[in-house]
Amino acid sequence: MRTLAKLLLPFAFAGLAHAQSAPDGAPDALVKTVTLEVIDLIAKDKDIQSGNRAKLIGLIEEKVLPHFNFTAMTALAMGQSWNKATPEQKKSLAQEFRILLVRTYASALAAYSEQKFDFRPLRMKATDTDVTVNVRVLQPGAQPVPIDYSMEKTASGWKVYDVMVGGVSLVANYRTEFSTVVRDSGVDGLIKTLQTKNRAATPAAESK
Amino acid sequence: MLRSVLVAALVVMAGCATTGEGDPRDPLEPLNRKVFQFNDAVDAAVATPIATVYHDYVPGPLRSYARNFFANIGDVFIGLNNLLQGKPGDGLQDWARFVFNSTFGVFGINDVASDMGFEKHNEDFGQTFGRWGIGEGAYLVLPFLGPSTLRDGAGTAIDIYADPLTSVRPIPLRTGAYALRFTGARADLLDAGRLLEEAALDRYVFLRDAFLQRRRNLVYDGEPPREGRPRYEEDDEKPEKADKPAPEKPSTQ
Repeated sequence: MRTLAKLLLPFAFAGLAHAQSAPDGAPDALVKTVTLEVIDLIAKDKDIQSGNRAKLIGLIEEKVLPHFNFTAMTALAMGQSWNKATPEQKKSLAQEFRILLVRTYASALAAYSEQKFDFRPLRMKATDTDVTVNVRVLQPGAQPVPIDYSMEKTASGWKVYDVMVGGVSLVANYRTEFSTVVRDSGVDGLIKTLQTKNRAATPAAESK
Repeated sequence: MLRSVLVAALVVMAGCATTGEGDPRDPLEPLNRKVFQFNDAVDAAVATPIATVYHDYVPGPLRSYARNFFANIGDVFIGLNNLLQGKPGDGLQDWARFVFNSTFGVFGINDVASDMGFEKHNEDFGQTFGRWGIGEGAYLVLPFLGPSTLRDGAGTAIDIYADPLTSVRPIPLRTGAYALRFTGARADLLDAGRLLEEAALDRYVFLRDAFLQRRRNLVYDGEPPREGRPRYEEDDEKPEKADKPAPEKPSTQ
């Protein structure tokens, strides 16, 4: 049971990557800068502290999301089914998956309570285009929780395409769920399922 | 004791259940889902309300003392498991943690060892079996205990048998200790439970897959063999070519 806590809570930090200052900077520096920036912004923001989810989501949209490759994440989570989808379907899938992940981040960040970070230096060659950046979340009385960002160098800077928390890959974890729905009700069925899920998860206070 | 009987009963039931189409790692899915529902119902009716009260009314520092106290007791068998897995350095570190935390940490209520740089480990008999090369076997949802596998269920039976709390007397004190440990653990999971609700399309599947990934990672102490990134068409960001000639060394592949 404790395993689960370690597993899920730190989704909070899953995906804090922002390259405002250095689009070509080292990926590990990027993760560090953005993590600290976001944590700092949240700590200073009274609205977010008192549970303003819309504002928290806005913060994630602005600071974190630019550094994610959502189409790649969706493709990886879809596995073989991705190639069966039409371009429009792919677009809707990526859009809905993005909403789902952002909500999850928001909930996780809201649960953040002053854990300490240990940013591990990355050993990489200048020619590497696919790296894993390791961060560890330290908490007393428990094993540190590793968060690994799988990042890929693209024309517009380093982008995250998967996040592993305590060894659990977010993308891989959706693979079974997605493939089951696609098998039973097709790609459109999956889009519909995601839409329903996203609407249901919208608390009244959050709708614009 | 009751728990080990339940574990044994389930292992027997595992032999009789029928399999349908589904995940090959989870041939007992229909049965597992029933136990999952049962656990959910118990959790919603009993565990969550108690844990919520504990979380809301017991001050943070007190909860932290309790958490550290039980974590410290756990280090004894974490150390043993590290020795059994052929990692004497880690095992000795676990026991050093126990010594420091039990003394300077005042019966373990403060985790001074972590501050001294002795990191806590996560080991149990299920992981030891995995380290020895025993496969995980079918996925199992154990009544009250939650996600497990055949291998980890057997490990959990030994964990429970070896648990130092088992030998605490008088019995009411032991029961109280169990209750406190469980309540604290559940309270620490309240946020995680909400998160699971948020993230999963099907909580059963999401939790199962996360559990199996997590256990695999733990058996390898955080360094399982890494799989490459599969490619699919139309990633919105095309990666830069990885096969550019390296400036200094020629590629070894």
